[in-house]
Amino acid sequence: MRESQSTVTSMAASLFAENTRSVRAISDEDIAITVEDLNLFYGDTQALKSINMTIPAGRVTAFIGPSGCGKSTLLRCFNRMNDLVDACRITGRINLHGEDIYARGTDVAELRRRIGMVFQKPNPFPKTVYENVAYGLRLQGVSDRRVLDEVVERSLKSVALWNEVKDRLNSNAFGLSGGQQQRLVIARAIAIEPEVILLDEPTSALDPISTAKIEELVSELKEKYTIMIVTHNMQQAARVSDYTAYMYLGKLIEFDDTINVFTNPSEKATEDYITGRHG
Amino acid sequence: MKAWWKSGAPWIWLNGGAVTISMIMVFGLILLILVRGFGAFWPHAVFQTTYVQPGTDPVPILGELRRSQVFTAEAMRDAGLPIPQEQALVTRHLIKMGNRDVTGRDFGFFVADFLDEWVYPEEAAVLERREWGDFYGTPVRLLERGNPVVTDKALWPEFKVRLKRSNQLYDEIRSIERGAIGRINFAIERVRLDRRRAVLRDTLTPEVEAELAQRRARLDADYAVLEARLNELYADAGRDSIVMQVADGSEVTIRLADIVKAWQPNTMSVFSKLGFYLGDIKDFIFGYPREANTEGGIFPAIFGTVVMVLVMSIIVTPFGILAAIYLREYAKQGPLLKTVRISVYNLAGVPSIVFGVFGLGFFVYFVGSSIDQVFYPEALPAPTFGTPGLFWASLTLALLTLPVVIVSTEEGLARIPSTIREGSLALGATKGETLWKVVVPLATPAMMTGLILAIARAAGEVAPLMLVGVVKLAPTLPIDGNFPFIHLERKIMHLGFHIYDVGFQSPHAEAAEQLVYATALVLVVLIVALNLSAITIRNHLREKYRAESD
Repeated sequence: MRESQSTVTSMAASLFAENTRSVRAISDEDIAITVEDLNLFYGDTQALKSINMTIPAGRVTAFIGPSGCGKSTLLRCFNRMNDLVDACRITGRINLHGEDIYARGTDVAELRRRIGMVFQKPNPFPKTVYENVAYGLRLQGVSDRRVLDEVVERSLKSVALWNEVKDRLNSNAFGLSGGQQQRLVIARAIAIEPEVILLDEPTSALDPISTAKIEELVSELKEKYTIMIVTHNMQQAARVSDYTAYMYLGKLIEFDDTINVFTNPSEKATEDYITGRHG
Repeated sequence: MKAWWKSGAPWIWLNGGAVTISMIMVFGLILLILVRGFGAFWPHAVFQTTYVQPGTDPVPILGELRRSQVFTAEAMRDAGLPIPQEQALVTRHLIKMGNRDVTGRDFGFFVADFLDEWVYPEEAAVLERREWGDFYGTPVRLLERGNPVVTDKALWPEFKVRLKRSNQLYDEIRSIERGAIGRINFAIERVRLDRRRAVLRDTLTPEVEAELAQRRARLDADYAVLEARLNELYADAGRDSIVMQVADGSEVTIRLADIVKAWQPNTMSVFSKLGFYLGDIKDFIFGYPREANTEGGIFPAIFGTVVMVLVMSIIVTPFGILAAIYLREYAKQGPLLKTVRISVYNLAGVPSIVFGVFGLGFFVYFVGSSIDQVFYPEALPAPTFGTPGLFWASLTLALLTLPVVIVSTEEGLARIPSTIREGSLALGATKGETLWKVVVPLATPAMMTGLILAIARAAGEVAPLMLVGVVKLAPTLPIDGNFPFIHLERKIMHLGFHIYDVGFQSPHAEAAEQLVYATALVLVVLIVALNLSAITIRNHLREKYRAESD
């Protein structure tokens, strides 16, 4: 465990050595989302406790922490997926480019169009590959075949799936492998050009080769999108993210540049967790 | 022994045994219906003999053996039969002798010991008649307008030729009566209703009056032409007759127009019997019933059953599915919803006759009469929808099967993984869009399952139908060539009710018995066919939405 820990830190150090801009020194225009004093309750239990953070735009932010620490719950706050849970209550603010997404009168469907999400298990629709990718556009009323064709091709190319599925666009998406399905789901999310993409443990159900492909994809996508990723895999967080947030028992313990979190954590709890002493 | 108990083997035996017993019962039932049902049409050999019971006059017999039973001699002696004391067992035959109009006794039980030797005369013939059941006899001569034509060996072939001609004439008469004259009657009724409607609305101007009269006159003229043609055909059909000798030697004359078909079973080879058998089955399935349903075919009953089940499916599917979607997706979970759900589930356990009474009281008498007053005032006091009919029967059955569809659909919806819904919502779909584009398509196999169960229940239901639209004999089919083609207000025939009626309400129980088995067979086959088609559709849907849906 010690040994693997040292690999992780050295890897993080080498990968992000060029990343000089610290999370503490982000200018206002580079901020995508700010979270202000966010509390979340499931009935009487408080799942998130007074979260404050700023998410930089055009970067990858990773959330790590033990199971049940609230990292997935926090991620689902950003596109208001928690609205689906009956007993869920939220206080505080989440601002997307300065606008509170929990303000009264917010169009939740529109918000989710701007903040896309990919889930733990691949969840393609029972439709063809083509219709899966075109789904979001069709919801927006786009029915021009040329536009759809173009977007489908572009989206599938940007997740490096085009060459694998271009001959079976009209067959059922369930016929794809798990890794292909997960990339299809990402293509589906980016087809509607969101500003932010939320990835909730996107590789936990995949084999190592598919995982590597998805990680590569995340690095490419950050050119255009703000990405937040929840992961259980610390090596993965170290490999793909620019910034890392460590959460524990519903609290945000530490949020810093990934290289700092893994090489020189300022909190004892973070160090315990990444060195495997936690629990 | 203890180890055997622990191994779980007793449970396997118990479960396997339960399955086996169920299968044996199901297959036994099907086998019984198959044997009795398929056996009904086989042309059995006809024998001639004499029944000589000591102390009574000899009875000459010409007929076919239906069934034999063995009794103890004791019981027969108690019944007053002179069975010798040393005999222990007695065989009793049920013999079909036909000729109901001649002897008044078309079936008879005879003790085998008192029967003379059986001979199978080649020329013995069976005539299936349009009335009075089958006739057993030997042909003597053929008459044309009362004059003998042939009496020798050529009689039977010539008879068959003339019978064919007579049957063609009969078909023509039927097609004119059912088709052309039926249409004219329908149009005349239409004229009457149009006139009545005009009177009610106070729009009966002289022009309208004249136009109606003209229409009526045209129809009357058409009718006169058809009537003349019919009289001609009737006269023509009554030309030939055949003289038959019955068992006791007397002669009976039968018009060819009264004969459906004729055969000489003792001269037929197995293959010609087989051909005859298949033809008989065809006539049974596609023919119309005769003689209080105890003879002829059951086509109107098959047709009525199928149409009623289809109309029921069309009504129950949308209602059940929409209700289930509301209950599962939109309704707020709470004590009220729980009550509603329990009520729906319990609806499935209400005795079907209760639904029948409700259908009669509410649908027929209340809703139907209201419809009549608003939409068909011209036909009153004769009811249009205010009387039992196809639509009410289907609606009552739809109510009866609604819980099944709701429960299956709800279960189907509950099985759709939440990740699929979330995937759609995360793309900016509203709840409604998610429901209709993703969730409902995935739940279609479950909805089909509900429909399959509903069909299976509805097609076999009889009790409520007797109250709300099924009759012993419907004069017309619910679908025909007259506008609006589907007549939802008409009464229909139904296989289940047909079985009850023929088997238990008919005066000729012995004659009808085989028909009951055959009808039951048709009903079973029909339900299986309806279910198979629904299952095929469901499997197709499952294939389309496979993976996480089931």
